[in-house]
Amino acid sequence: MAMEMRLPVPRKPVSESLGRETKKHLVVPGDTITTDTGFMRGHGTYMGEEKLIASVAGPVERVNKLICVKALKTRYNGEVGDIVVGRITEVQQKRWKVETNSRLDSVLLLSSMNLPGGELAEVQAVFSDGAVSLHTRSLKYGKVPPSLVKRQKTHFHDLPCGASVILGNNGFIWIYPTPEHKEEDAGGFIANLEPVSLADREVISRLRNCIVSLVTQRMLLYDTSILYCYEASLPHQIKDILKPEVMEEIVMETRQRLLEQEG
Amino acid sequence: MASVALSEAEKVYIVHGVQEDLRVDGRGCEDYRCVEVETDVVSNTSGSARVKLGHTDILVGVKAEMGTPKLEKPNEGYLEFFVDCSANATPEFEGRGGDDLGTEIANTLYRIFNNKSSVDLKSLCISPREHCWILYVDVLLLECGGNLFDAISIAVKAALFNTRIPKVRVLEDEEGSKDIELSDDPYDCIRLSVENVPCIVTLCKIGYRHVVDATLQEEACSLASLLVSVTSKGVVTCMRKVGKGSLDPESIFEMMETGKRVGKVLHASLQSLLHKEESLGPKRQKVGFLG
Repeated sequence: MAMEMRLPVPRKPVSESLGRETKKHLVVPGDTITTDTGFMRGHGTYMGEEKLIASVAGPVERVNKLICVKALKTRYNGEVGDIVVGRITEVQQKRWKVETNSRLDSVLLLSSMNLPGGELAEVQAVFSDGAVSLHTRSLKYGKVPPSLVKRQKTHFHDLPCGASVILGNNGFIWIYPTPEHKEEDAGGFIANLEPVSLADREVISRLRNCIVSLVTQRMLLYDTSILYCYEASLPHQIKDILKPEVMEEIVMETRQRLLEQEG
Repeated sequence: MASVALSEAEKVYIVHGVQEDLRVDGRGCEDYRCVEVETDVVSNTSGSARVKLGHTDILVGVKAEMGTPKLEKPNEGYLEFFVDCSANATPEFEGRGGDDLGTEIANTLYRIFNNKSSVDLKSLCISPREHCWILYVDVLLLECGGNLFDAISIAVKAALFNTRIPKVRVLEDEEGSKDIELSDDPYDCIRLSVENVPCIVTLCKIGYRHVVDATLQEEACSLASLLVSVTSKGVVTCMRKVGKGSLDPESIFEMMETGKRVGKVLHASLQSLLHKEESLGPKRQKVGFLG
């Protein structure tokens, strides 16, 4: 059995470890951004007493004459075409309530459903109050800030290590073992309750811990970053990945590999 | 406890994983998550400690105050426990939601300390029948991430280790009235011996096996758990079963043995960490809450 106790270590600020040259201008709600009235107001700001004030906490972004503040931690704001992963919380007469980490619960109308119990749904329409109406396309849940999921063309990834990942735009992630044969489901969803093999389980646990480490170090999540992180973590034992120093090490390695790939 | 909604497939996945000794985060059935312990975090208490176990965050403060001993135990001081489930921990604790859980935890703490050897209560006595030290132990739940009892008992032990009670002298006048004098030196104090203070090990029964240090999701899959309070020598001071499900007497015996084994290792790690922290001296960098 393993038991590890340690004294707490103060966290290093992320910008230090990245070695960024420019210091970002961080604001908190209520801070004055500028008193120059020539700028256009973007998201996260409002005009008050002749000056531009921030309404969310985050770095100030400036594009020519537009100033906006990008919030660090937000709820999911739905957009048409997004893929989300949600949890059914309530069953009502004609619709299901789905929890998608947004400001309001999303609604899944029975008429627009292909798969009962479907976990994957596409955003069909956004109501004015922020509730999103979903319709399904046709299952180890992790919640991650929505801002860290990169917008991409496909969100269903079959990783070569033997597991598949669905990255929902709302921050929910579903990891499952790759099914051996792809079935075209015309309809009908059979809950697969067979036990998962030990090898698959290890892959899934390792992937989960890798994603958790990427999130803790505030890195963007997409198939390449997850794959590199998985490969970097192979020399360590699965449960060691959650230790702070191992986490930093594998994320550094992932970051380097990604930079090399781009450059 | 804070509950988490899980689908059937997720529960089945967790149960099967436990059978094969590979939990969702890669741990084995007897592995603990990484624990962070820090003492002396609250400056206006006699002793304090903060424990982070995964997503569970506990803060304990101990205040020593003078009072009259209980009638049935005139030569001893005593401990009073109070547990506050802050609404920060989970929205369920808003308002009076956390009171039930708080009373349950406080009652468990009273039970495990309700024996002669856990804390030397006679050392808390100043003058029999008149004055004694009462230690008010306040537990604050900052974040709820599963396995509350273990984290709370570790924090209470660390806080008691950190407690410094000022030395007092009783002076008798010619008329017979007593006066209590506090020593001038603020560092002149007595420390409690926490060698026999027990720690709680929670064993959750999932499927046919039991796990130590369950996360919220694993607790949602388990119907019954056993709380075993173990001292550093492996002596069980108290045992309690929680949950709606039933436990086989044989599995209770197995779980108790696991609890004793795990408890001894827990105590050894905690003891060595507390001594290491103390050896760093007053110049150590305190992380506190903003680290």
